[in-house]
Amino acid sequence: MILRVFASLALALAFALPAAASNQHPTLAELEREVICPTCHTTLELSSAPIADRMRAFIRQRIAAGDTKNEIKAKLVSQFGESVLAAPPKSGFNLLAWLLPLVGIGVGGAALGVLAFRWSRKRADPAPAGLSANGRSLLDPELERRVDEELARFDR
Amino acid sequence: MAGRLKILLQAAAVVVVALLLALLGWKVVHTDEGRALGAEVNSGKRPAAPAFTLPRLGSDDEISLASFQGKVVVLNFWASWCGPCKDEAPLLEAAWKRYRDRGLVVLGVDAQDFDVDAQRFVDRTGITYPIVRDKHGSTLGRYGVTGFPETWFVDREGRLVGEHVAGPITEEQLERNILLALGTAP
Repeated sequence: MILRVFASLALALAFALPAAASNQHPTLAELEREVICPTCHTTLELSSAPIADRMRAFIRQRIAAGDTKNEIKAKLVSQFGESVLAAPPKSGFNLLAWLLPLVGIGVGGAALGVLAFRWSRKRADPAPAGLSANGRSLLDPELERRVDEELARFDR
Repeated sequence: MAGRLKILLQAAAVVVVALLLALLGWKVVHTDEGRALGAEVNSGKRPAAPAFTLPRLGSDDEISLASFQGKVVVLNFWASWCGPCKDEAPLLEAAWKRYRDRGLVVLGVDAQDFDVDAQRFVDRTGITYPIVRDKHGSTLGRYGVTGFPETWFVDREGRLVGEHVAGPITEEQLERNILLALGTAP
């Protein structure tokens, strides 16, 4: 149990440390992938528009000044709005964009699980003798009586 | 129970698809709104100019288009990195000075730009007419702006008139449309 906890912590740290380092010391290439050019609506790395060149110069300048990635992004958002970010921020209303797909997958998976469970239970639970799968008599009682009469007459 | 769950899931799926379609429809209608406006104006119609309120460049004050009701407005969309915008700025400044006594206002809308660059542009070109900053580009779609510069003319009743000039404006185009909007076209 303790081993598992340590393994989870080590895994979390393995992912968290590079992310923290990337935020602390961002590179132009990283930010070019995470920022959208407002005139051509592609990421900066794919854009050669004049405003994209200007934004690259701004990012270089802010990196040299020691800004973190989040600070640089915040400054760009203050100038161009949130649409300048390639991915919505993980806060406020925008958090929905991150959570809804997970909720959708969870709800869909749960629904599939429930249906699969019901189907498998139905198959494993054979119907009692004389009853159909839906629990009803195979024949209508009146019809069954008539069949019995006919069979008796046939036997005679 | 399984049947009810199935119906519930199907209903939820239909609702989600309907919502997505409604969103798509809304987006298409609002994206085409600006393009339709240009076609209407160029065919001689006089649609209402889409209203907006934006902060003034370098200040927290806001300017709304509605505040110019009763005046003719030359609405010029620009950005500091746009070469032709530099060329036409002196024309707009000259028109503003020439016709302001007759009720003309030139209103610059700066978008897709840095504040500091926009301010530097204003200082270097010597613009004195009011400039607003559209940081989120909220007016661009509504006016069908696809590049810079673009110019619209708004009459005293707040309707778009004359030509929608997509690209750098010439002195002759500027004069003709101002006179038309002022109601003194020959």
